[in-house]
Amino acid sequence: MSLTSHQTALPTQTQKSNLRWAISDVLTIARRNLLALVRIPSSLVFALIQPVMFVLLFRYVFGGAIPIPESQYVNYLIPGILVQTTIFGAVGTAIGLAEDLQRGLIERFRALPMARMAVLAGRTVSDFARNVLVLIIITVVGMAVGFRPHGSIVAYIQACLLALLFAYCLSWGFAFIGLAAPNSETAQAMTFPLIFPMTFASSIFVLVSTMPGWLRGFATYQPVSETADAVRGLMSGTPHGNSTWISLAWAAGAILVLGPLATARYRRAA
Amino acid sequence: MRQGIQYVGVLSKLRVMSDFAVEALNIVRTFKDGEVRALDDVTLHVPRSEVFGLLGPNGSGKTTMIRILSTIMAPSSGTATVNGFDVVKHPDEVRRSIGLAGQYATVDENLTGYENLRMIGSLNHLEKKFVISRARELLEQFGLTDAANRTCKTYSGGMRRRLDLAAALVANPPLLFLDEPTTGLDPQSRQDLWAIIETLVEGGTSVLLTTQYLEEADRLCKQLVVLDHGKIIAEGTSQQLKTSLGNTVLSLSFTSTADATRGAALLEGISSKPANVDGTVVELTVEQGPSSAADALRRIDIAEITLAGLTLREPSLDDVFLSLTGHKAEEALLLSTDDASKGGRTRKARS
Repeated sequence: MSLTSHQTALPTQTQKSNLRWAISDVLTIARRNLLALVRIPSSLVFALIQPVMFVLLFRYVFGGAIPIPESQYVNYLIPGILVQTTIFGAVGTAIGLAEDLQRGLIERFRALPMARMAVLAGRTVSDFARNVLVLIIITVVGMAVGFRPHGSIVAYIQACLLALLFAYCLSWGFAFIGLAAPNSETAQAMTFPLIFPMTFASSIFVLVSTMPGWLRGFATYQPVSETADAVRGLMSGTPHGNSTWISLAWAAGAILVLGPLATARYRRAA
Repeated sequence: MRQGIQYVGVLSKLRVMSDFAVEALNIVRTFKDGEVRALDDVTLHVPRSEVFGLLGPNGSGKTTMIRILSTIMAPSSGTATVNGFDVVKHPDEVRRSIGLAGQYATVDENLTGYENLRMIGSLNHLEKKFVISRARELLEQFGLTDAANRTCKTYSGGMRRRLDLAAALVANPPLLFLDEPTTGLDPQSRQDLWAIIETLVEGGTSVLLTTQYLEEADRLCKQLVVLDHGKIIAEGTSQQLKTSLGNTVLSLSFTSTADATRGAALLEGISSKPANVDGTVVELTVEQGPSSAADALRRIDIAEITLAGLTLREPSLDDVFLSLTGHKAEEALLLSTDDASKGGRTRKARS
């Protein structure tokens, strides 16, 4: 038996450009994350069942108590939940990276000749892919509970893309948290104080005009509300002011600031 | 002395030709703003095509050394070349020429054995066709074919280590870093892993291995250095090290500490080194086990002291440490700098 064959070794290191290898590395890592998602029942439940539960909870339990002028609550709710669940997905980004770090996998990756950014990019890309699936499920479940978007299909897809893009850019901040946390439990605990005010003190579930004055200012202008307003505007066919552009600007700002921050943290970590 | 030279021809201009697989000069690594010196002026010359051992207790700096040589961490000062490539200036070339496996057995639990090897092959930028056949070949050779399509969560400790080692071998690297490859393994798995390492070295692979076990160093390593608190405290062949210690440890246990003290005095002269008294146990390092034991028994018998027990054993790492440093390896453990080298991060895999 021969465990080694150095004489003939490594004609196999193929001649692709650095960029093509970087893309290949990102996809390899993303693929491995998605396999893990499918194979860990609890993570699949967290990713897919929880959004459905939010839909049912707010549609049937809380919804009756939330009056929305000139509209049915379900048409207000579903675009909001869409934004909320894609943002909640970023918690998975933090937990996943913290776990990889804790288990020493990132250490192994760092000793491989792979692209430096692939571990982070692969993670955010796989979470993006999971969010696509979540959006489809929410749309289907939403329709089943009476959601009727009045905008065009093109506008609906634009709205979904906006939610995905916003969540993707934000997920780099959660990647930073995952890398900074000592373990996955702490990573999860660190994300909630951020994610709750961002998603609940917003226009996702209720009109911000119903909130007390001190909260209203924050809730009106914070990026999640802008995104929720934009997504809702596109889906209902009555675009909400400049929300789309403001949301895109927030997303761009987030990735410009959080991307380098997470990357710098990755260089230090492990 | 044959591997590596023709390897990755394009990159050869970056290489410094070296007779050694690893040349590390005056490596210093500090943590916590210089408070902890995990490595303190360590120089290593690892020859090609043999196993070179880094022997030391937890916290002696072994893992930090491996992390520096495998480009995971930069040294605070000093230089190192691996397969002729500088670890700081040309980390990618170093990464292409090494395999890393270790006590943490960093396999992806949610992937199958086969998928793990495919992933590592792909991240090593190897051709898909080659990776597929190489993965199958390695699974076969490491006795993991039956488990190839099970997720690694279901693997035993020994199976994980073998898969971890297989992953390090996917790219056929001329140099392997093995960080405590058998720590925590049962005796049979340890034997299996030793046999694999020996086969690899016969095939021309160079290995830098860290271990806490003298037995392991003795079995595998031609040459070794002993690390303590980040410093090299001894180096040479394992035979030289053992000879300097005396070959065998004669351990006598008495029924009381008073008897032990008296016994130790009576045994003077049997060993060239002073006896080590620990409670009711007296230990001597001796050249000739059986005759020294007989001599010791005779002296104890004449003095009419009752013995609780007598054993002869091969010197352990503790004995090496006691002899070289005057303190036991466990004491070093209390001063462990390992946590610092991990940036304070807790690890489930550690135990």
